[in-house]
Amino acid sequence: MERLLHDTVSLNNLSEEIALRWPEQVRVNPDLQNGLCRMECEASVLTEVCSWLFSKMGYSFASLIVEEEPAEFSLRYIFYGDLENGQVHILYRILKTKATVPSISHFVHAADWHEREAEDLFGLVFEDHPRLGDFVLHEEWPEGVNPMRTDFDASKLYVHREVNPYWRPVRIVQAPGAFMMPIGPIYSDFAESAHFLLETVGEDVIRTIPRFFYKYRGVEKIAEGRTIDEVLLLAERFSGTSAFAHSLAFCQAVEEISRVEVPPRAGALRIFLAELERLRHHIASIAGICGSTALAVATSQASILEEELLRLCCALTGHRYLFGLNTPGGVVMDFSNEALRKLEDTIQGLFKKLEELKKMLSFSSSFLDRLEEVGTVSLESGVSYGLVGPIARASGITRDLRRVLPYSGYEKVEFIIPCEQEGDGYARLRILFSEAKQSANIISQVASSLPPGPILPPPFAVPRGAALGWAEAPKGATFHWVRTAEDGRVVRYRVTPPSFTNWHGFHLAAEDFAFQDFPIIMATFGLSNAESDR
Amino acid sequence: MSKWVLKGLQTGIKTTSYPGREELASGVSPGLPGGKKEPGDEALPVISRCPTHSLRQAEQQILLDYRRCIHCFRCVRGVQGALDWNSGYEWAGSIRTNDDTTPKLGKAFGRSLNILFVDGGACGACLSELEQINKPFYNIHRLGFFITPTPREADILLVAGPVTDHMEFSVQKAFAAMPTPKRVLAVGACALSGGIFGTSFASAGGVPKLIRVDVGVPGCPPPPLAIIHGLLLAVSRKPPASLTFSGSVDGRKNS
Repeated sequence: MERLLHDTVSLNNLSEEIALRWPEQVRVNPDLQNGLCRMECEASVLTEVCSWLFSKMGYSFASLIVEEEPAEFSLRYIFYGDLENGQVHILYRILKTKATVPSISHFVHAADWHEREAEDLFGLVFEDHPRLGDFVLHEEWPEGVNPMRTDFDASKLYVHREVNPYWRPVRIVQAPGAFMMPIGPIYSDFAESAHFLLETVGEDVIRTIPRFFYKYRGVEKIAEGRTIDEVLLLAERFSGTSAFAHSLAFCQAVEEISRVEVPPRAGALRIFLAELERLRHHIASIAGICGSTALAVATSQASILEEELLRLCCALTGHRYLFGLNTPGGVVMDFSNEALRKLEDTIQGLFKKLEELKKMLSFSSSFLDRLEEVGTVSLESGVSYGLVGPIARASGITRDLRRVLPYSGYEKVEFIIPCEQEGDGYARLRILFSEAKQSANIISQVASSLPPGPILPPPFAVPRGAALGWAEAPKGATFHWVRTAEDGRVVRYRVTPPSFTNWHGFHLAAEDFAFQDFPIIMATFGLSNAESDR
Repeated sequence: MSKWVLKGLQTGIKTTSYPGREELASGVSPGLPGGKKEPGDEALPVISRCPTHSLRQAEQQILLDYRRCIHCFRCVRGVQGALDWNSGYEWAGSIRTNDDTTPKLGKAFGRSLNILFVDGGACGACLSELEQINKPFYNIHRLGFFITPTPREADILLVAGPVTDHMEFSVQKAFAAMPTPKRVLAVGACALSGGIFGTSFASAGGVPKLIRVDVGVPGCPPPPLAIIHGLLLAVSRKPPASLTFSGSVDGRKNS
């Protein structure tokens, strides 16, 4: 990571540096108070500026947000760096009549899927992008129908296009006996809908071609025109296993638009609940990994802890997956300090059992054999794909939004960000265990130092505006962009979930492996299609 | 390997005794709103707070369409005249109509039932609860229920999610590939009514829009015990819930 971080960069001199390099083409507008640097960029240097930020200055790519205005499209490229580097928002406007955008994904590979998505949903053409075409919308969608455009009627079903029944995927591997093994969209126990084409010569799989968006529910489109309260339900329910983190990111965007301070107690409760969710999520992922190697007792042990946590969540908040707790401004429910301390006590008990499980697993050679050196993602590819969350941290990338863009009072909490270097399945498992430990620690810290006071600010109205909200969801960084109209209704909602970012890099891990490792690679990635597809 | 065996034995049996006995542990179910009798003037504000329009007033009481409830708690938290709250989990209802002439699942299926799960765009919470039914606390194998990855072996099609446009074809194809007699179980508010995603360009708005559904399990997500109740109901080992279930368009309370 050191290699990438420019020693001298900070938000202050970044704007000067840019003004020096591109005095004519970039208009810089630093907003140091909010740790943010906005700039508007001309087409001729867009690629150059983005790739400079990404590869020379060590910024991570967060999201590409396309918005449609009457005569033009505005594209907002969002980057974030370490604590002192803040965020960079690059705005690029293009007339609708033109609608050809320079592609940045040659240099910022993390933007690849964002550009493909914008091409599908808005009909924008990215110059020189190597792979545009069916992505979010599958082949039965007629060309030229772009659901995110304002003139598209989201309430009606569109007319499907006749699909060529003789269509076959293009095979890259040409060798004697090579064939393509399709998996999905319906396969195995409770697997999510997704499709994978494995190119194989028998036992060894050469490469994996995934195809997603079977679960595309058009969340971003159907959010348009709804009230904040209604969109909050969507934010919470598009990915149920990380509902709290996503609703938190959404609420923070709304709070930013409304310039509302969250009361300290509400902030602390949010941390408590977010870490509770992370702990449960990681234990579920650990159970998934044990299950993929068919280690039955370990799977049961982890599953028992998972269900116990679900029950604790339900007994405390009324819902097993923490639905219905976040609201713009704070949280809807207060808990007595005593109840939280009691829960914290129970969690420490569960955590001890988890540590025991970790120890037993680390001495089970048959289990480790299946994980070690399986599905390896190198640091270089991890950085270039902009991976986030536990997967990135297993490959040596430590950037965590709780640390670099602290929210909700995380700057006051002590925790370390675990990091491993190997980037294989076992490294990812160790990260899950270490993060679970940190979450249990944070829960203890918060439970013992809850500030008193209200949990909601005085009632407020949401004005016209736009803001970015973010949170470190259990699977990694999530960004929610919300734009509201005068009446407080949402006109644009854009979610960049961690699963979307990380599925992009999945094929890195799923290359040159034996067939029986496929479920293990899937499990150690532990991604959600519901979260990715939206 | 012996240490794992020992560990398993030490842990003992965690499995619920449902359906033999009622499960009383706390946190097994988030509960459901219970409607309200004689709500008076406070009724309207409560009804208008429901984001999925599952509440309505009829003859001096507030009725709830359970298929639509998404557990947002807005009818109970921070509102005057909050609805009553029902705990419990035996929520599954039969949505078969009387004119149905398809072959019934015979007695032989009662303790040997193969389930095919199809994800029609479920959010992950339903999936997680479904995974629980296969895990130690609920363990459906003891009831003779098994998960199968192929429609050719399946007796029950279990669908969660609003059925996205991209999955519509797969759901129909999976159902068609199942041998008769077969049943369809819709799990969760999304599968029953489209839930928060509703009907749109991208989702069909529930399984009933595509294929005939026999049993519905409401909830967002339905807890594992409710899903097990649904499976038991499908093979007639449990009676249906006393909730409002409309194939029954009028939405009368059955009990």
